[in-house]
Amino acid sequence: METDVAMTAPWIEEVSTGPALVTAVAIGVGFGAALERAGLGSARKLVGQFYGTDLTMFKVMFSAILVAMLGAFWLARLGVLDLARVELPGTWLVPQLVGGGLLGAGMATAGLCPGTSCVAAATGRGDGLAVVLGMFTGVLVTGLAFAPLRTLYEATARGPLTVPVWLGVPYGAVVLAVVALALVGFWVVERVERTS
Amino acid sequence: MIGRVEPRAYADPYLAGACLGAVLLAAFVITGRGLGASGAFATTAAGVGHAVAPEATAANPYFARYLAGDGPWRDWLLFEIAGVALGGLASAWAAGRLRGAVERGPRARRPTRLALAFGGGMVMGLGAVLARGCTSGLGLTGGALLGVGAWLFMIAAFAGAYLAAAVWRRMWR
Repeated sequence: METDVAMTAPWIEEVSTGPALVTAVAIGVGFGAALERAGLGSARKLVGQFYGTDLTMFKVMFSAILVAMLGAFWLARLGVLDLARVELPGTWLVPQLVGGGLLGAGMATAGLCPGTSCVAAATGRGDGLAVVLGMFTGVLVTGLAFAPLRTLYEATARGPLTVPVWLGVPYGAVVLAVVALALVGFWVVERVERTS
Repeated sequence: MIGRVEPRAYADPYLAGACLGAVLLAAFVITGRGLGASGAFATTAAGVGHAVAPEATAANPYFARYLAGDGPWRDWLLFEIAGVALGGLASAWAAGRLRGAVERGPRARRPTRLALAFGGGMVMGLGAVLARGCTSGLGLTGGALLGVGAWLFMIAAFAGAYLAAAVWRRMWR
């Protein structure tokens, strides 16, 4: 089965070569345009998520996850994509729970997330620029004061762990469960929007 | 004035999300990695640190990794985030949505809004360092690849966001 490895995706694996960096810009253009078209470069629209008035953020995020998840699953099944060579973000249980809580709290305070703040800033919004500068300062200060955070940062490492491996169930079963969960979520958010 | 036309309505969120998912899938297929945002901030911080204080940055346990290999300025995510700004700009321009403004709620004063934007950004910086990613690199990328940490991160981020949003309700209403 593994006779024609060169034809199997991913096609570019060295991430700092010229072709990889050109691809990075092109992928970013698509990413930025999709966020802007959805209206997520607007803080007012994004925070509507947390007041039940405009749940665009949830809809965009979970439709994106569904498409990419189903695409990756089926392309891997058809032998087009070798998932073992796609970089899976590693799992560190406690730092990701703590960091996630902080990032979420910061997002609701700032009105934008790191990605959407770049779109907001690029489209002329002063608040977007303030978020970009704040985010940069936050990363810089955290990096400079990293020594005392290191124990927490490296705690509870679980490596590149996926939900199917963790639960010991088939990949396809988890994919199906996420699809079902997202569809229920879409139904709920449509109802919430209609009643608010 | 850049565009005198009325700004066009935003796209359907499910359609925009599906397009975003297709971009993410293309990233998996072409380069074997997903989207991200916070990593571009980290590599920029490392690059600036290296320019200002090379020895201290090389000795820093967090920033040193960004100086390895091809250095902080040839980072994949840095090029990707430049694309994000370009794509956002082009899309907003084409839709007549380019406006210089500070977006805020009806009762929020401009300096308050900017201070919260900056402060919230700083907290996100701390969170992204600890979690090793943000809503793009962990939420979207790790979420689509079914990473355990990514899903825990997303649950925690939504919880943190709803809690903090309750505090700032008056700013937006």
